Amino acid sequence: MSAADATPDHAIWKLAAIGTLAGIFSGLFGVGGGTIIVPLLIFWFAYGERLATGTSLAAIVLIGLLGALAQGGIYGNVHVATGLLLAIPAIAGVLLGTAIQQRIPQRAVSYLFALLLVAIAVELILS
Amino acid sequence: MNEAVAILICLFGGLTGGLVGVGGGVLFVPALTIFIGLSQVEAESTSLLMIVLVALVGAYRQHGYGNVRVREALIIGALSPLGVWIGVTVANHVSERTLQLSFAALALFMAAQLVRRARPS
Repeated sequence: MSAADATPDHAIWKLAAIGTLAGIFSGLFGVGGGTIIVPLLIFWFAYGERLATGTSLAAIVLIGLLGALAQGGIYGNVHVATGLLLAIPAIAGVLLGTAIQQRIPQRAVSYLFALLLVAIAVELILS
Repeated sequence: MNEAVAILICLFGGLTGGLVGVGGGVLFVPALTIFIGLSQVEAESTSLLMIVLVALVGAYRQHGYGNVRVREALIIGALSPLGVWIGVTVANHVSERTLQLSFAALALFMAAQLVRRARPS
């Protein structure tokens, strides 16, 4: 592992900044926090790509839960049955994706992420 | 037919999520609006439900591989509502186009940094 095993206390504010930034961008653009969390964990904490993406997914669980509670609880816009049905292929996809990720060089994950960021940028510019 | 396309897009969204550590909402939302016929707001809300399930399974698997720092993830997640509140406040005062172009520039900058770091020296 490339980063130290535990985050020193003085670095907690950086984690708080990542969480706040992830929230800002999801509030502004509806993009998940992952687009912000993964690069910042790599840049600011020198996480390897696998550690950054795994930690990002765990953070997204909490971010999504907090967001879904607000939206589903207050506005009732969640189509539960549709979401659950389409979650089946999505979960199959994530199982496949995490398995593939363990078998490719970490560098390749950075390249794929850069590609995703470029696609998002193009979409934002054209919209 | 439309449902089959939506299923494929969601499979691909989950695959992307697992590979690069995002929730997959970038693909779930268009699948829900274009191929299922939900409104934008309904699609974003329903996508959140899917993101939670996908991220939960993905994080569980990554934890098994030793790739999750739980405490760090909890701190990041816990601070996000503060960010959402700031984001919504900012969005009410800045034009949407400015925001889109700003984030596009940031995304391109981060992409360049990732490639620069990853390139073998």
